[in-house]
Amino acid sequence: MTTPLPDGPGALASPAALAEALATTGYLADEGLATAGFLALKLGRPLFLEGEAGVGKTAFAQALAAATGATFVRLQCYEGLDAAQALYDWDFPRQILHLRAAEAAATAAATATGTPPDAAAIEAGLYDRRFLIARPLLQALETSPCVLLVDEVDRADDEFEAFLLEVLAEAAITVPELGRIAAETPPLTVLTSNRTREVHDALKRRCLYHWVEHPGFDREVAILRERLPAVTERLAAQVAAAAGRMRELDLIKPPGVAESIDWAGALVALGAQTLDPDLAAATLGAVLKYREDLTRVQATGLDALVAARP
Amino acid sequence: MSADVSALLVGFARTLRHAGVAAGPDRVQTMLRAVDALGDITPGRLYWAGRQTLCAEPDDLAIYDAAFAAYFGGHRPAGDRFGPAAPAPPSIAAPYTSGPPGEASDTDEEPLLLGLSASTVEILRQRDFALLTPRERDEVRRLLALLGPEPATRRSRRRRPARGGEVDPARTLRAALRHAGEPTRLARRRRDERPRRLVLLVDVSGSMSPYADALLRFAHAAVRRRPTRTEVFTLGTRLTRITRALRHRDPDAALHAASVAIPDWHGGTRLADALKAFLDRWGQRGTARGSIVVVFSDGWERGSPDALAAQTHRLSRLAYRLIWVNPHRGKAGFAPLAGGMAAALPHLDDFVAGHTVDALDELVRVIAK
Repeated sequence: MTTPLPDGPGALASPAALAEALATTGYLADEGLATAGFLALKLGRPLFLEGEAGVGKTAFAQALAAATGATFVRLQCYEGLDAAQALYDWDFPRQILHLRAAEAAATAAATATGTPPDAAAIEAGLYDRRFLIARPLLQALETSPCVLLVDEVDRADDEFEAFLLEVLAEAAITVPELGRIAAETPPLTVLTSNRTREVHDALKRRCLYHWVEHPGFDREVAILRERLPAVTERLAAQVAAAAGRMRELDLIKPPGVAESIDWAGALVALGAQTLDPDLAAATLGAVLKYREDLTRVQATGLDALVAARP
Repeated sequence: MSADVSALLVGFARTLRHAGVAAGPDRVQTMLRAVDALGDITPGRLYWAGRQTLCAEPDDLAIYDAAFAAYFGGHRPAGDRFGPAAPAPPSIAAPYTSGPPGEASDTDEEPLLLGLSASTVEILRQRDFALLTPRERDEVRRLLALLGPEPATRRSRRRRPARGGEVDPARTLRAALRHAGEPTRLARRRRDERPRRLVLLVDVSGSMSPYADALLRFAHAAVRRRPTRTEVFTLGTRLTRITRALRHRDPDAALHAASVAIPDWHGGTRLADALKAFLDRWGQRGTARGSIVVVFSDGWERGSPDALAAQTHRLSRLAYRLIWVNPHRGKAGFAPLAGGMAAALPHLDDFVAGHTVDALDELVRVIAK
């Protein structure tokens, strides 16, 4: 496989260069994630991302597309997903309409000129590319360059996984009526999983694997500042510190970066410059999504939660 | 890349394989390509390139870190160049390791008694697992291998062509195309039925040891019946996922692989903690959601009953049905008064015995209900 993106001089020559490119789109990747993205580009391999919910797996794929100037195509997996919803489908109503129109035109021509209608031509016209509805996988193969996100692949059935394997390996599909449609350059594929079930080894073997961790304190502050220009340095630091403390509290759903951003956003919306226990009490719903977690955090004391980082 | 470096890296991959990470030759090839692609070799680049190509799941990562430190003599380089390294999440789950298949774990010999041949299948089916002699145990193992629970089904989003049901527009129109657009027959479809996921949580602490062998064999039969819809974990002082080990076709090899994987075999019980580990790492994410969850335990809990009650309640809210199997339940004079069991009881959908082949047969029916 070839790299989907041009190897310009100095352009994305190293993981650090990719991290810089991602940073310009507002995504701050750490060394591991930047290396994973770089290797995926360089080796032309799909990238399999796992990690707690809200650490930015989906956002990474979007940022990767933005940073490399590629089109972003997303396939959300769910149980019962099949080829017609993931790959392509024929637009039957339009085909029927076309058939009727062609029939009427041919009959009119036949009565006018006396030549019999050409049934074969009408039939061939039915399976024209314009009647083919491209679903995400076909879109990804037809667009180049392209970043394809296969989100939450663990939710799809194992049959679908096997099918996906074939599409990813060949970077091409065969539509019986049209023939083979191959990608000019294979899409850069990012798969994410929440580990609700074990994804088949055969699929994982073809991918690079990376476990995305919660960001460290400094990076989380930087992410908040990047995402929410209105947030003050002090508020971002307080939110990041409080989120970090919550992650140590053994909660049912520890807050991810996504929740930190939501929380900081809520505080900014309230016009807050700094975080205090009252404000925290009013906005905890943006971070914690279980009643048990709320009780637990409140029991440890909101004063301690929002205290300045030692 | 020089031959020396390649040899060094291949040697590292071999070390990792010995430590239990399934890094096959194709993964090693990818690693060599990845290291090549990164250019100048630095400890950091080597670390990430190896980790992203040789590992395949979170359990591999701790093994990888240890092997990397041992082989290259250094430690994991500061992971986050753009910020401090995030602390590794606390985990009480044991990494999965596999050992060489070999000697059976069961070697205790008992003098063979005359008259055992008179044991009929019927008697054996009702004999408590804890009271079996080795000869009888062999018979019972054969009986257990025949059990294969078939979980209840649920309606799927996927639709199948059917005689009755809603009209299937796509198929109707496709059929119409063959008749110059004249819809001659309405095609119909119906939602499919799919088996629910079956999750077995087997307590392997000391107090359950007379039953562990039989219960793990039951689990093996379940995994063999539905390999992709069954998950098996053992609970003790920690949580261990043994689904992969149990996929072995041969029950003895599977049991051996599982017993190698279980680090806390016949140890103490921290049932609430182990359940919590299951819920945090697997259950909440979806493994328990809408599944039939079976807990095999005597409920003998060293920790606080309140914690066990809370975790059982959480599990029961996620699961479609929560079934508790307690081997003591089938015995005369048993009352679920032990702290842990009494605490868990209000949250269960079914509470069944599991001390004989007959009782497990009954469990198969409860699972299919």
